[in-house]
Amino acid sequence: MPKTAISDHQGDYKKMKKRDLLTASALALVLSVAAASAETVMNRGNDTDPASLDPHQTQTVSESRVLNDLLEGLATVDADGKVIPGMAESWDISEDGTVYTFHMRDAKWSNGDPVTANDFDYSLHRIMDPATAAGYASILFPIKNGEAVAGGNMPLDQLGVRAIDDKTLEITLENPTPYFIQLLTHQSALPVHKASVDEFGNQFTRAGNMVTNGAYMLDSFTPNDKLVMVKNPNYYNADKVAIDRVNWIPFDDISACMRRFQASEVSICSDVPGEQMDYVKANLADALHVSPYLGTFYLPIKGAEGSPLKDARVRKALSMAIDRDFIAEQVWAGTMLPSYTLVPPGISNYVDGGITVDYADTDLFDREDEAKELLEEAGVAPGSLTIELRYNTSENNKNTMAAVADMLKNIGVNATLNEVEGTTYFNYLREGGQFDVARAGWIGDYDDPQNFLMLYTSDTPFNYPRWKNPDYDALMAKAAATTDLTERANVLSDAEKLLLDQQPIIPILSYSSRALVASNVEGYHDNLLNDHLTQWLSLN
Amino acid sequence: MLGYTLRRMASAIPTIFIIVTLTFFAIRIAPGGPFDLERPLDPLILANLQRAYNLDAPLWQQYLIYLGNLVQGDLGPSFTRRDFSVNDLFAQGLPVSILLGSLALLAAAIMGTFLGAVAALRQNSWLDNAIVAIATLGITTPNFVIAPLLSLLFGVVLGILPAGGWSDSNPAYWILPIVTLALPQVAVIARLVRGATVEALRANHVRTARAYGLPGRVVVGVHALRAAMLPTVSYLGPTAAALLTGSVVVETIFGLPGIGRYFVQGALGRDYTLVMGTVVVIAVFVVLFNLLVDLAYAWLDPRVRYD
Repeated sequence: MPKTAISDHQGDYKKMKKRDLLTASALALVLSVAAASAETVMNRGNDTDPASLDPHQTQTVSESRVLNDLLEGLATVDADGKVIPGMAESWDISEDGTVYTFHMRDAKWSNGDPVTANDFDYSLHRIMDPATAAGYASILFPIKNGEAVAGGNMPLDQLGVRAIDDKTLEITLENPTPYFIQLLTHQSALPVHKASVDEFGNQFTRAGNMVTNGAYMLDSFTPNDKLVMVKNPNYYNADKVAIDRVNWIPFDDISACMRRFQASEVSICSDVPGEQMDYVKANLADALHVSPYLGTFYLPIKGAEGSPLKDARVRKALSMAIDRDFIAEQVWAGTMLPSYTLVPPGISNYVDGGITVDYADTDLFDREDEAKELLEEAGVAPGSLTIELRYNTSENNKNTMAAVADMLKNIGVNATLNEVEGTTYFNYLREGGQFDVARAGWIGDYDDPQNFLMLYTSDTPFNYPRWKNPDYDALMAKAAATTDLTERANVLSDAEKLLLDQQPIIPILSYSSRALVASNVEGYHDNLLNDHLTQWLSLN
Repeated sequence: MLGYTLRRMASAIPTIFIIVTLTFFAIRIAPGGPFDLERPLDPLILANLQRAYNLDAPLWQQYLIYLGNLVQGDLGPSFTRRDFSVNDLFAQGLPVSILLGSLALLAAAIMGTFLGAVAALRQNSWLDNAIVAIATLGITTPNFVIAPLLSLLFGVVLGILPAGGWSDSNPAYWILPIVTLALPQVAVIARLVRGATVEALRANHVRTARAYGLPGRVVVGVHALRAAMLPTVSYLGPTAAALLTGSVVVETIFGLPGIGRYFVQGALGRDYTLVMGTVVVIAVFVVLFNLLVDLAYAWLDPRVRYD
């Protein structure tokens, strides 16, 4: 058994064994040592503790890592991040794409109860119930009447979800939604066990109370220490699950994870300290995984009334002057990819290779000249425009914005930096606060361009510049009503072209996922959604 | 003595009440709320959440609810760790912080007193100079430098101690955090004891004791050191309160489940109740240890009496 697999519990056994070998309990202890050694344990680093283990109260990526080990939805993902059947072994989609009929597999909860269509009927109603106050219920608004029900404007029983019988679940949608099955792999669509919610109320996620239907069961959860899971013997695929016990360890400090990784105390780190990238590349090259991730780092532009920033030509000039390659290579040490578009590369249901921006391949000097011409056309004299670059506290954000400020100087635009503490920053943007240029990031919830392009429809809280364009909204509405995937992809790409032509945002980078993975870990396949369920992993 | 203790404890109540009130309103001045994440919530959903946590009520009403619960010993639910109440979090974290803090305090008091006394007795020798130099280094090196260095050296390079993590039952996990917590305190205490001892050795009552012909170890051990402990004891009061309520830096770097991180995590996440709870706990510890210091004074210094 590899060193990483020794949990501290087993260390305890060893010490007890020495001390008590001659006592009457020696035999029992030796037996327990044997049993414990046969157990395969993996220590996995996570970015932070989950805010809750109630899937309906969660929204972050670090929570999804833990929850996807504990619970399984109608559909799930394989080691490559591809959607595969989960609790539903198959499904039929109606001709018009709005009615999904799921056929449940024979599966059990960790306490032996059967998993039925009623469990999903209950869970989907629960997340949409305003009384649940689920933070991410809005992601399931494609379900018929979802928005009205979650807003308390329609009774809960009007939600388009019903169990026809124990084995059959029917979900009706507002519009044909080609990414709906993808959506069901999101943590918000995970089931909860009704009997334990009823019995324990808001304590149902405690160790000892929590009943799960995924590959693992909750053993214990100590905040800031670790969340321990053990294999669920009732899981339908239990005999294929290689890791018996998972210790999920939160690391506020990524460097701490790296030290414990180097000390072979942790098998996987969910991130790598960006400022130590050179060291990591030199010393941990085999363990380092950097892979394209479904996310975009971009700069929203607002500007006060009457500011030149209200002119699309000015915004375009700013975009042209930014050297994405430099930022990706120098500031982010190659852990991000240069980008000109909001929709990240490699996404499904989109036009081949995504859309292209005409100046992306132009030489930077020519771009700067063109940008200066655009500014001149817009009546902005060199040196006359000063803008503020606003960002939330982080070393990489600061370096990125400092680089952007330098680049803008090349086209005669002065830029100052304004660093704001995270919560204050996001509150300000959500409330529609005034700014010139800000930074924002978006990680896809599901593999579909709609999840990115919907950000800039009018009146979404994500639309920080409060940019409104009726043509854009019309294109997004048209895409929502289009069932033919090719046709839909074309409509969506028209929307993105319009967005980038108007440039209320400047996309500059697409994210990469970064991880350290020990050489004895098998089954860790890089994928666009950065999904690595422990059930697909093994240690050798 | 008992009457004095009771009076002091009663006078702590208004102190804590004022701290609670100031903190409650001060943290609300910070922009944003517990539900402002990088991904903004749908306004509908945000309204549901604020209703669920009473955040839509007027501030004075929230304050009264909080006070009412506090009086009953209920620190409220955590906003950012929704599966736990603040009481749950402290019940899990406080024993860890107290264990590490008290062992570090004990180690620092013993080591610091020993080094300080040795330095004072060998005043201006090379040993004295070495101890003073090391103590100065210990005071000036911040723990966010010492902690990763210790973790790298003993955890990664030598591989003889865990680089981080926690176990209730395996003291190997305690050593590096305790050393990190104790080092700067050893340095401070050594300097305090050295200074006070040098002074005490010149004091009248010590000269008198020598004149009586008492043996050197009695003069130093009973008469000089006892007087020299006074400044150290008054330093130890607030230090104990700080050490026993955990350290953000040490807990973050070694990955320990104490309560030191909750204040910062709570403040950054606008977890109002968690910040309030931390403040209450720290206030109680400070009041308690100041009381203990005053009682210790009476025992150490025959001139002090509380009636």
